[in-house]
Amino acid sequence: MDGSEVVSAEVGSRAPKVSIRALSKIFGEGAGATVALQNIDLDIGEHSFVTLVGASGCGKSTLLRIIAGLEFHTAGEVVANGKPVTGPGADRAMVFQQYSLFPWLTVMENIRFSRKLAANRGEFTSAEVEAASGRADTLLNLMGLKAAADAYPNQLSGGMQQRVAIARALMPRPQILLMDEPFGALDAQTREVMHDLIQYVYHLEKTTIVFVTHDVEEAIYLGQRVVVLAPRPGRIDSICEVPLPAQRFQDMKLSPEFIRLKREIVERIRETSGMKTDLELLEKLCGQLKT
Amino acid sequence: MATRKSARPGFWSVRSPMSQRAYWIFAVIGLLTPLICWWALAASGLVSKVFMPGPVQVLSRALVWFNSDNLSGDMLISIYRVTAGWALSAVFALPIGLMIGTFRPVQALLEPLTDFIRYMPAVAFIPLVMLWIGIDESSKIAIIFIGTFFQMILMVAEDVRRVPVAQVEAAQTMGANRRELTELVLLQSAKPALLDTMRITMGWAWTYLVVAELVAANSGLGYSILKAQRFLQTDKIFGGIIIIGLIGLVTDQLFRLAHRKAFPWMVRKS
Repeated sequence: MDGSEVVSAEVGSRAPKVSIRALSKIFGEGAGATVALQNIDLDIGEHSFVTLVGASGCGKSTLLRIIAGLEFHTAGEVVANGKPVTGPGADRAMVFQQYSLFPWLTVMENIRFSRKLAANRGEFTSAEVEAASGRADTLLNLMGLKAAADAYPNQLSGGMQQRVAIARALMPRPQILLMDEPFGALDAQTREVMHDLIQYVYHLEKTTIVFVTHDVEEAIYLGQRVVVLAPRPGRIDSICEVPLPAQRFQDMKLSPEFIRLKREIVERIRETSGMKTDLELLEKLCGQLKT
Repeated sequence: MATRKSARPGFWSVRSPMSQRAYWIFAVIGLLTPLICWWALAASGLVSKVFMPGPVQVLSRALVWFNSDNLSGDMLISIYRVTAGWALSAVFALPIGLMIGTFRPVQALLEPLTDFIRYMPAVAFIPLVMLWIGIDESSKIAIIFIGTFFQMILMVAEDVRRVPVAQVEAAQTMGANRRELTELVLLQSAKPALLDTMRITMGWAWTYLVVAELVAANSGLGYSILKAQRFLQTDKIFGGIIIIGLIGLVTDQLFRLAHRKAFPWMVRKS
């Protein structure tokens, strides 16, 4: 793969939105310590869509959580929106896999939650809050949630819940949108719909998106760049530019370029994970079962 | 593929659903069976009436108690004592438990201590309570407070700790500060569990009633039971115990009703 030498090259025309230098993360202390991430260098350009894939334990979620400020790195530096990351902030919105909605609030109240926080602190005048309610309506329509505005999250399907979570994250116009396996709990059909929806949002809102997934197809279909991570210790294995036009369609999943890239990445993950199906052993066991 | 008419699973398959009507039939059977057994045992004459008075005898004693011995007064004073002791512990346990469940240093400071104190028997505090507080109403309330407060702290803390991490982190990434996280996320999310904790601890408060009314009381259900013991009025003891059970049952149902009314968002559609 030719990607490895462009590890720290940036994609996107302007200064990077997220800049990660010599980042390491160690969980625990002393003998029980494990290196979750080692010496990560990565630049993510403005309005780019970067996906992180890798075998389980490669630290892809940890890396995302460090950018979000929900986890602290042990060494190195992370700069987002020109400021070193010291904790979570409204400029870096996050969408979680599930259970992140506030079940006691309606869909509309969930979406407006960030504005409520700002309004409570007096950061907004009432006119600005009015304008924000216009944005909430727009997001509601964009996500196809208009009929569900007054429903509670418990009354919605998993796919609808994730739509609410995305709308809620977009509400404060974050410059960076972090997504941690947001469609991991959805069925395959719903996931396809969500893929096209998030593509649409990406082009419309001009946000920078960092997207973690274990699904290689999803990573290629959504990302402009796919960052492949390897486990033990978590590190960047390779970075692949996706040779597809900016506007993606489901049919592209069947194109030769797509399939070639998918094969390459799957191969890399398989190689780095150290997990292999022992066919010989299986054959032997089958033989034993038959006798 | 031919569709086979599926056989409806019976009541006894694991975790199978049950119609509302069938549920109530079973509930009534469960409540009536011990009553009938009790009545049959008493009526058979196998056991002396002094040890086990029958339901009819207990009921008539309860009526006498109501008509000429101020049963409603006893009930009211007991309800007052239990509710006051329980409410007092809730007033302190809710904020303290919220702090323990939210901040690790507070947890380290207070939880081991609470764990230690909650094993101390409330009954053993009676002499101290009499010494410190005296023998008026507040001493009875204090005993109920001691019995429920420390357990309540731990349960409230656990309720707050059970709030899903994703909810807290989502609020953090929307810029919520510490105070907003506590008030707008942790407390709101834990509310249904907290109301359940309040319901359960109310039950515990009632179990301390008899103990509390050991302290120089001259009224109340617990006191009446203790007095009946001195005169070997087993029927009155039975009556008192059953009345306490009935009050508990009603309170419990009121809490459940409040739970349904207060948290409509917990109900899943279809």
